[in-house]
Amino acid sequence: MADASLNKTASRGIALPKIKGNVVVMVLYLTFLLLPIYWLLNMSLKTNSEILGALTLWPNSLTFANYATILTDQTWYMGYVNSLIYVVLNTVISIAVALPAAYAFSRYTFMGDKHLFFWLLTNRMAPPAVFALPFFQLYSSVGLFDTHIAVALAHCLFNVPLAVWIMEGFMRGVPKEIDETAYIDGYSFGRFFVKIFMPLIASGIGVAAFFCFMFSWVELLLSRTLTSVAAKPISAIMTRTAGAAGQDWGVLAAAGVLTIVPGALVIYFVRNYIAKGFALGRV
Amino acid sequence: MEKTVNQKAWFLVLPVLLLVAFSAVIPLMTVVNYSVQDTFGNNQFYWAGLEWFKELLESERLHNALGRQIAFSMIILAIEVPLGIFVALNMPKKGFWASVCLVLMALPLLIPWNVVGTIWQIFGRVDIGLLGYTLDALGIAYNYTQDSFAAWATVVVMDVWHWTSLVALLAYAGLQSIPDAYYQAAKIDQASRWKVFRYIELPKMQGVLLIAILLRFMDSFMIYTEPFVVTGGGPGNATTFLSIDLVKMALGQFDLGPAAAFSLMYFLVILLISWVFYTVMTNLDKRDGV
Repeated sequence: MADASLNKTASRGIALPKIKGNVVVMVLYLTFLLLPIYWLLNMSLKTNSEILGALTLWPNSLTFANYATILTDQTWYMGYVNSLIYVVLNTVISIAVALPAAYAFSRYTFMGDKHLFFWLLTNRMAPPAVFALPFFQLYSSVGLFDTHIAVALAHCLFNVPLAVWIMEGFMRGVPKEIDETAYIDGYSFGRFFVKIFMPLIASGIGVAAFFCFMFSWVELLLSRTLTSVAAKPISAIMTRTAGAAGQDWGVLAAAGVLTIVPGALVIYFVRNYIAKGFALGRV
Repeated sequence: MEKTVNQKAWFLVLPVLLLVAFSAVIPLMTVVNYSVQDTFGNNQFYWAGLEWFKELLESERLHNALGRQIAFSMIILAIEVPLGIFVALNMPKKGFWASVCLVLMALPLLIPWNVVGTIWQIFGRVDIGLLGYTLDALGIAYNYTQDSFAAWATVVVMDVWHWTSLVALLAYAGLQSIPDAYYQAAKIDQASRWKVFRYIELPKMQGVLLIAILLRFMDSFMIYTEPFVVTGGGPGNATTFLSIDLVKMALGQFDLGPAAAFSLMYFLVILLISWVFYTVMTNLDKRDGV
């Protein structure tokens, strides 16, 4: 009883006096984060003459023409389609190969497991710039240059280690007794894994898939190097137009806003796992 | 958790091994191959030995790029880590507003890197960007395409904007794991706010902060896309970091030998740092008994 009342007064005593300071800090920080994004959104809804004219804080003549340009011009919207194709391919491949490996790392010790785990990590830390040229030559020589699968495989370089590490983190939280009971009950490894184990770590798989999707989506250097026309991602199309003289700022801004959409749509569902995902499952 | 010894587990790891070998080991072998050869075109290669490595180690161009790279990584760490901790301390602990903060803060992390560049390229322009226009109106000469200080400031602020949330989210995750009893004990002892931070919150955040610092160091050390879009490495070579220089050398000038030698040394540095990262992390895991 005494404990409970102490608890109340204590938390009230800490929380109340500094609420105002907290709010001010967070409002300032979030404004700093959102202002540049707002500016992009603002520009994407303006006509070019308004953009290049006097500075206006919100669109005076609201227009969706920039978005219409992108969604009706094939050279633009195919960029999104190409990006989505290789990103989804990469996510599926990464999760499929990483699931059994993560299970092995979380449950068993075997010869060289620590070294292997570390070696995977080094690939996540490898600068893409180092791999750009050899990838270009490797995929050209096997006839995969300018295909979606080439980019998907190249992105496996950092996404497979990421998926293994994140899922291993989630799997460690599942008690081993569950595995043992299932085997005693006569489950084969395959049936146990699909029917019992995968539902248990569903959130882990979801988080790993989200991060594979995201890191493949935000990457530019490798996807630009490995494609020319048929599989050119949206990010490469954007940099190309950014270099041109007589820049169409409105369309560029609209294209930028559209690339933020996929991440923004699912962010709510993974909000509690974002730290874990970025830290490779180590939080 | 006690792990069983099971050599058959290798079969479960095999797919990952094959895939990563294909996408990492084979390309790396080509790099090693190029680094010791010279070419005069026509696919004629000559043994060059360690010539490229020697040349690069003495090259002023590489020294300058490395210097800029280290300076950049140190500056952004010095800003992002304290700022991230500060923001995490001020975040709401739970409820609706905590979710709102988490979602909004994670937003910059999910934006494609070239779009991050585009956003700041636009935002900083004197004619059409809010930031550039405001600075100009205040009478501050600001032009990131011509003035190297302005270019540096833009790239640093962009990185702070892009990645501070990562540090904050990790620190927040660390703070969430502190039991209420610790704060109550501090309250009874009438500990000051600073002492609560110094003796309770900071030690408890140690593990996640280590991860945050190392992640930020790694990723800033291989930064390419964002500064490339904003400044293209300019004005002059002012913001040409290691990756930008490497891509210029390899894909721009097609100097295979030097680029390959450059790649290998770059990779070795990263490998060394990753090893430190891994050792420290596994030691922390052991100590916490996870």
